[in-house]
Amino acid sequence: MPDVQAPAILAERVGMRFRMSREKVDNLKEYVIRAVRRDLQYNAFWALREVSFRVEKGERLGVLGFNGAGKSTLLKLVAGVMRPTEGRVEVRGSIAPLLELGAGFDMNYTGRENVFLYGATMGYSRKYMQTHYDEIVEFSELKAFMEQQVKDYSSGMRARLGFSIATAVEPEVLILDEVLSVGDARFQQKSQKRVQGMFDRGVTVLFVSHNTAQVRALCDKAILLEKGRLIARGSADEVCGVYEKMVKR
Amino acid sequence: MFLRELYNYRHLLREIVVKNIKIQYRRSVLGVFWTFLQPLLTTLVLVAIFGKLFGGNARDTVNYPIFVLTGRLLYEFFSQSTKRAMRSVTLAASVIRKVRLPKYIYPLANVISVFVTFLISLIVLVCFLVFFLFWGDAPPVLGWHVLLTPVPLAILFLLCTGVGFILATLTVFFKDVEYLYDVFCLILFYATPIMYSPARLGAGKWTQLALQANPLYSIVEMFRDCVLRGRLLNPHHLLYALGFSLVTLALGGLLFWRKQEKFILHL
Repeated sequence: MPDVQAPAILAERVGMRFRMSREKVDNLKEYVIRAVRRDLQYNAFWALREVSFRVEKGERLGVLGFNGAGKSTLLKLVAGVMRPTEGRVEVRGSIAPLLELGAGFDMNYTGRENVFLYGATMGYSRKYMQTHYDEIVEFSELKAFMEQQVKDYSSGMRARLGFSIATAVEPEVLILDEVLSVGDARFQQKSQKRVQGMFDRGVTVLFVSHNTAQVRALCDKAILLEKGRLIARGSADEVCGVYEKMVKR
Repeated sequence: MFLRELYNYRHLLREIVVKNIKIQYRRSVLGVFWTFLQPLLTTLVLVAIFGKLFGGNARDTVNYPIFVLTGRLLYEFFSQSTKRAMRSVTLAASVIRKVRLPKYIYPLANVISVFVTFLISLIVLVCFLVFFLFWGDAPPVLGWHVLLTPVPLAILFLLCTGVGFILATLTVFFKDVEYLYDVFCLILFYATPIMYSPARLGAGKWTQLALQANPLYSIVEMFRDCVLRGRLLNPHHLLYALGFSLVTLALGGLLFWRKQEKFILHL
């Protein structure tokens, strides 16, 4: 039996430092010239510092903050694509990241083939995806287009297919990065319903948004970041209030 | 740990390999035939131009068209697979930025998919061998040595994977590596005995040594030992090519492994 008390996401004094070169050196020629001249200078800056929080299983945490506050860095650390410079991040259970529009798709591949490619990217076998295939097609409403190449899809169609695949599997931790605005109004309603259904079944959610109304509606807790520091935490209502005050200032 | 991870992501590896091959054949009207046509045509051109110049002495080349074709095929596999592996990580940037997965899958899958197309293109070689065995005044010497062909091919595969890892890592940090590598491949084409026999070059001792430092030299010559000259693999070539490839693979793997955490900051 897994420990019931163990949180789904645990961040302990997390810090992330980036070392950026003062001028962008992205080619070998310049790098060599500068290395010879000893002209390679770096600026270190902390995108996150001393950030601690925990999300219990089934809890939904909103992450608020202005641009550059460190929200996306935090999401990347939780998703496991980056490692923190200091502190630690622990996630229990499978994570489903929602990819940005079109990422994970091959444009020269048909819709059907992309379902399996996208599934494999998330670590699922062909067989497993096969059992979810009909459901994905039906939800995306793209039945007539599945044998067409994705490059001929409109961006809305691509988004619908991506959303349908990503939410067809039942992850334990869901990372939502402003993706609830996919497709037209009708599809948006449909997708919100589906996400709500996952909520009801007790999925743990990390939701990043600027929209306090959405955070209030979806999350029960929230944290607020400013310049890499965690400056407020509490119920979604409280933290949204603090954030709205900051916006007005 | 490494093997378990690879096993867990075998679906992704398979999907990418299959995708690359499918798309390559879907894009061209000629489909699979292009795989045969391309080496066939380039070999014909090379034979037509250089046949008189380099093909005269049958002692080394045995059969000049087959000599050229074997060199072409192996060189083409090397350059294509390493170039594909080089671009694989930057092309997958949008996925790597969001999903935690073993990044080495991308260069590895690309070398494998080019290897599969390379194996398909070997059918051209089989046709050449059969043709010259029955028609032609310089038949290839075929014996049980043909069974040894997997040896140079396996070594070449290791080499390509190692070089692929190194290039994939470098291109993440330096965008101009792609152009530099194109130039490198052009030089490599002439530095590898594809159209000429090294023994007949009449080069000095140092030039010979420099040519032999190229691992493709040993690999191509071993391959020819198997399918053209009908003799045992040269042990010097075998040791050198195998050692060089293993060291390259170890270095490439290590470089990729140690730098992969930083990829995301540059993609």
